[in-house]
Amino acid sequence: MKSGFPLYAAMVAGLLVLATTPLYADNYVVRTAAIVAMYGALATSWNFIGGFTGYPSFSTAAFFGLGAYVGAICQRHGIPMGLAWAIATVVVAAFAALLGGIILRLRGHYFAIGSIAVVELCRLVVSSWSSLTGGGDGLNLPLMAWPPEELMRFFLFVMLGILLASLIATILVDRSRLGFGLRCIHQNEDAAAMVGINTTAYKIAAYTLSAMFCATAGAAYASWTGYIDPTDSFQIVMTVKVVVMALLGGAGTILGPALGAAAFVLLEELFWANFLDWNRAILGVVIVLLIFFLPGGLLSLGMRRLRAAKVGGGQ
Amino acid sequence: MIEPILRLDGVSKQFGGLAALTDVSFSLNEGEVVGLIGPNGAGKTTLVNVVTGNLRRSSGRILFKSEDVGLQKPYQAARRGLARTFQIVQPFPAMTVLENVTAGALFGAGAGSLGDARDMAMQSLEFVGLDALADRPAANLALAARKRLELAKSLAMNPRVLMLDEVNAGLNSSEIDGALALIRKIAERGVTVLIIEHLMKVVLSLSKRLLVLHHGQLIADGPSSEIVADERVIEAYLGAKFAARLKELNHV
Repeated sequence: MKSGFPLYAAMVAGLLVLATTPLYADNYVVRTAAIVAMYGALATSWNFIGGFTGYPSFSTAAFFGLGAYVGAICQRHGIPMGLAWAIATVVVAAFAALLGGIILRLRGHYFAIGSIAVVELCRLVVSSWSSLTGGGDGLNLPLMAWPPEELMRFFLFVMLGILLASLIATILVDRSRLGFGLRCIHQNEDAAAMVGINTTAYKIAAYTLSAMFCATAGAAYASWTGYIDPTDSFQIVMTVKVVVMALLGGAGTILGPALGAAAFVLLEELFWANFLDWNRAILGVVIVLLIFFLPGGLLSLGMRRLRAAKVGGGQ
Repeated sequence: MIEPILRLDGVSKQFGGLAALTDVSFSLNEGEVVGLIGPNGAGKTTLVNVVTGNLRRSSGRILFKSEDVGLQKPYQAARRGLARTFQIVQPFPAMTVLENVTAGALFGAGAGSLGDARDMAMQSLEFVGLDALADRPAANLALAARKRLELAKSLAMNPRVLMLDEVNAGLNSSEIDGALALIRKIAERGVTVLIIEHLMKVVLSLSKRLLVLHHGQLIADGPSSEIVADERVIEAYLGAKFAARLKELNHV
């Protein structure tokens, strides 16, 4: 779990690869890098509740969409972009904390279904509340009159910043009392309460952390695309994708979810480009195979080699 | 007069129309080792659950160091120093033995840091004789060792009162002897111990005082030697018919 140096080295290397794309690649590659970073941040966020705590949350798209809308509404009222993102983050975090107090009473499948319902509910409220959100017509955001390359580069760095922040938060949580307590809850919630863990407060903290960075990413995404509507902002597909990414890379590990996001986005792009008719089906098969044969995620490959090396070296 | 460390005052618990506990009152004095016995379904585990907040009492008062704790949550009970073990052991299976016990020290005893908690956990493991297995996953332990792990976890929480719910169930006789020696050692440290047990032999060898539950009612509370001769207790355990025969035999 705690493999200090190789962990940081891998993290910095990965972030550098993404950050240097504008130096040598075209806009398509830079865009893909930004999408990798964005999904990396979403999957890393999901890891707090799904990976550490073991609560299969499907609310990612709700937090992402709400973040997008809060940010968009703020910007339309003349609030500067950065501040709008910060407000979106805080508002959605507060929303998640309140909501968590209610739906975290559910466990297992019931929690999963409850958390999916949150996405649908948010979508319905946003599309019905036309006076505030523009309803089904969506919302336009102030356009950024920058050259396309510059705009792309800017949002790549923004998404990388959010990813980095979520990774740092993950490392801090992993080493703290909170992370230890969440792992206990994952293993056996009743036993966790019996050793003195305030399980309700811990679960709410994890759920809130899992919402925060999604909200920032959503708000930034809204500014990036310049237009949002309810169907695009609250996608069940996104919610499921993020969970698959985290599982693919290794849920409950520090870098696994981000790695899974990168692998997923790259595979998706590859199949889109080469098998236009069959891309979804092929992607589905690949995911099923990966999860079936690598239940610990892609990261477990590296871990296995690391462990073998340790044992070989006589401890 | 010394204030009892734990006092139950007219505690009842109903599940719908079923009375699991009816008007149970007793107190435990600091440092005492008390046995709680009773036939299957008498309400022994319910009693422990009510004291530690896993279940909420329907009426009555539960006083821990003179403070009413009837509405506490399990995690609050743990932090106050009311520790328990479960009849069915409850480890964190994928964690190591040491990590399991560290959780008790960190959250239950409120250790300042993870490092301190780990040191405290190691001491508990040495105390119960599991230190050699510290790095094993808890899921790999045999039953006797899992029960010891449960004890180590409770001890790391630095409890004032320890409730042991059938810690000996499923152990063979040599394992039971080991467990008994361990419980004695725990009591010598000044921890108040309430032993919930089926096996009379075990309870009698450990505690001078017994509580007897039957159909959710406390039917006896007193020195062990008197309790085992008590007619109602024999009746509860063996049935009225057998009790009458036993009485005749003794008189003849």
